[in-house]
Amino acid sequence: MIRLVLRRLGSSLVTLLIVSVVIFVAVEVLPGDACTAYLGRAAKDPTILAACRENRGLSTPAIVRWVDWAAGFVQGDLGVSMKRNKPIADLVGWRFRNTVVLALTASLVGIPLALVLGVMAGLARDRPLDIALSSGAIFAMTIPDFVSATVLILVFAIGLGWTNGVVTVSANAPILDLMSNTVLPTVALTLVMVAHILRLVRTSVIDTLQSDFVTMARLKGVPFRRIVWRHVLPNSLLPSINLIGLTIAWLLGGVVVTETVFNYPGIGRLSVDAVSDRDLPLVQTIALLLASVYIGVNLLADLLALALNPRLRTYRA
Amino acid sequence: MNPPILVVDDLAVGFTTRAGADARVLDGISIDLAQGEVLGLAGESGCGKSTLLYAMMGFLKPGLRLIGGAARYHGRALFSMSEADLDAVRGGTIALVPQNAGQSLTPTIRVGEQIGESLDLHTSLVGPARHERILGLIADVRLPDPAVIARRYPHELSGGQQQRIAVAMALAGDPDVLLLDEPTTGLDVTTQLHILDLLRDLRAAKGMAMVCVSHDLGVIAHLADRVAIMYAGAIVEARGVDAVLARPAHPYTQGLLASIPRLGTGRIPAAIPGRPPAPGTDRPGCRYAERCPRADERCTRLPPVLEPLPGEPEGRAACHHAEPRGLDAWPGDAVSGAVKDGAIVLDIRDLAVSYGKRGLLGGPMPAKAVDGVTVSLRRGEVLGLVGESGSGKSTILRAITGLWPASGGAIVFDGAIVLDRPAARRERDVLRRVQLVFQNPDASLNPRHTIAEILAQPLGLYFGLGGVAAEARAADLLRSVRLDATYLRRYPGQLSGGEKQRVAIARAFAAEPDLILCDEVTSALDVSVQASVLGLLRDLTVERGVACILVSHDLAVVRALADRIVVLHRGRIAEIGTAADICDRPSQTYTRALVAAVLEPEPGARGLRAHV
Repeated sequence: MIRLVLRRLGSSLVTLLIVSVVIFVAVEVLPGDACTAYLGRAAKDPTILAACRENRGLSTPAIVRWVDWAAGFVQGDLGVSMKRNKPIADLVGWRFRNTVVLALTASLVGIPLALVLGVMAGLARDRPLDIALSSGAIFAMTIPDFVSATVLILVFAIGLGWTNGVVTVSANAPILDLMSNTVLPTVALTLVMVAHILRLVRTSVIDTLQSDFVTMARLKGVPFRRIVWRHVLPNSLLPSINLIGLTIAWLLGGVVVTETVFNYPGIGRLSVDAVSDRDLPLVQTIALLLASVYIGVNLLADLLALALNPRLRTYRA
Repeated sequence: MNPPILVVDDLAVGFTTRAGADARVLDGISIDLAQGEVLGLAGESGCGKSTLLYAMMGFLKPGLRLIGGAARYHGRALFSMSEADLDAVRGGTIALVPQNAGQSLTPTIRVGEQIGESLDLHTSLVGPARHERILGLIADVRLPDPAVIARRYPHELSGGQQQRIAVAMALAGDPDVLLLDEPTTGLDVTTQLHILDLLRDLRAAKGMAMVCVSHDLGVIAHLADRVAIMYAGAIVEARGVDAVLARPAHPYTQGLLASIPRLGTGRIPAAIPGRPPAPGTDRPGCRYAERCPRADERCTRLPPVLEPLPGEPEGRAACHHAEPRGLDAWPGDAVSGAVKDGAIVLDIRDLAVSYGKRGLLGGPMPAKAVDGVTVSLRRGEVLGLVGESGSGKSTILRAITGLWPASGGAIVFDGAIVLDRPAARRERDVLRRVQLVFQNPDASLNPRHTIAEILAQPLGLYFGLGGVAAEARAADLLRSVRLDATYLRRYPGQLSGGEKQRVAIARAFAAEPDLILCDEVTSALDVSVQASVLGLLRDLTVERGVACILVSHDLAVVRALADRIVVLHRGRIAEIGTAADICDRPSQTYTRALVAAVLEPEPGARGLRAHV
């Protein structure tokens, strides 16, 4: 068990290392470099370009710069943004907090809702409740998020005036001020994640209901309600742990479109800004940061699945 | 005789076809179970025996419904009970031991707790008394260390241990009827014998009535007092088990018994031609008529009813020609002396195979799955490999085919070719000359290819045949496995299990191999079909002088076909000898145990006990 955990941890670190190389190389192979990209037309002036390159240390070999960058990342030194000329850590810090706030709210609302609805749909297989939930889920999955976000703003902010349409507070606003602005983004995100998780849980519940051990439980006289709680749920919810992990990672990875539509000051919007500013160091660092979060959350989900599933936990070769 | 506690009365169960008609899976079933009696239900797959067993606890699988009749327990109609009443009966006074206990135990609950759940539902035990009872039940099914076992999850137990837990769980409600669904299928022969001993002792100790479903008449012979033979949803013969085995009255029972390979004779058993009608088939007369050697005009017109046999009021049969007959009237084919020209095809020397690899930190070397196996095989010879699961039978085949590397020794093919490379790196001609037939034709035949396409693959790959030439050759091959050319256009899904396995054999012979490896090729088949596949394999190996290695857990099957037998025990050869020597005069303790554990469907078997 401990060896298994160590192995997973090790492979996660290796993955992260490879990702950092890929991100770095991808930026390196672009025509020009960070300075020509950022300066654009101004790069035609050789003195400005040379000054910029000198400033950014671009004359050193790529491998040295990668080591500096990666080592700095590990120590919390994320480098300096070109456009804003500020430490990236300062820029990212607040926005990442905001993204976490939104992700947590959406998870706390969406995951329990998805599990409950998924189980209900599975238990009511092919009956009206299931058909309504399943078709609703497909509907929610197929609508692009910018459409659902826009419709939400149109109806609830502009039409009914219940809440703000877009976020108007600054990135470093207190959490409470921020929270009052997260209602519509939360709803928009919840729609998508509930749809995906619901469908998986529904299928899983249906499969488990057809398993031999559920038939056996019926035939030893276990009442239906107890079969659901003791025999069906633990076995059918286990596979959803990994999808929930993926969903949380997706939420933390900056839900770019949703944040942009609602003008939410999170990491997703920052990355869009960084790209449009051609601020390559910032782009690079956000990419690596999001990759770390993604890998970390998935690792946690895998370990949780391992801990909760006796078949994996106590596997004896 | 004791009064019946469970009565099935003219029961009909079925499903609605897409056309809206009723298709009956059970039809006109009437049978009683007396207090303390053990009733066997036997027949081939699809005959409805399991459906009948489950109906005896008021349960029908999803999709099935009650069409008519009743099942009554102490006079109460099970199909009219409320869910709550049924829950009290099920697992309480009528308990089930399921087929495949491994999948019938909930994977996330410790087995002790699963037994505890039955106690909660059907007894008032709590606290320490409940715990004591759980351990007592585990001890009753003869598992060592009940306290340790109780804390295990199902996947941490072996198949035999899981089966015992399932029995313990069934006993928790102190039932007076125990329903057994293939209680030993999938277990090793020695484990099977222990489970049967256990069930017999439980019956003696508690006086429970039992109903035992099995496709294996050997199991029925060892457990049941009375047996109902079922065919196509109906009971065709219901009599005392010794009477049925010694002098079967119904032609189907006679055919079934004649199709079972016997350890004592080494004959290829006689197959029953044809296949049973699908549920819902409309037929005016006897449902067995089209396969029956004694059918006449009356049989195709008038359905026979289950009625007492003349001079045997306790026994019933449903046949216009019912007549108890001794089995000697249906001899199988004796194995004809195959031509063995002496050339050694395969020479295995000191073979060792290990699974797994040493850990990164250099842990202990994994145990060898096969160790020190030396055996050779001549042209036209059939070599049987027998042993329990984990004995290394299939591992040897994997090493020969190059699916898993040997870790020691050598395999020499045709005197000069050393088979040491993995299959992907072998020369095409070597691949062609060694062919493999798998256990399960459903998995080994591509369901989206027609039979013609399936057979065209080896023909194209090894001989460059295509188009009309390949098709003509494929038709020849089908004829050699006794299927006609109309099968070329069909898909595997349209064939029966036995037909699919014959196609798989035809595909192997399409390569014109020198050596054919058969891995449990008949264990997924019903006995009547198994007999025809065995006959086919025998004829093909004799005709073409092909050497064959036959891997099977069933010693009687191997006896029927093999010239020599290798008995494997924990990866090593326990004994090697001619089929007759191994089966009739085993010299090693392990072989003797294996031979003794074979359950033959002989009368008078109930008194016999495991001496393993």
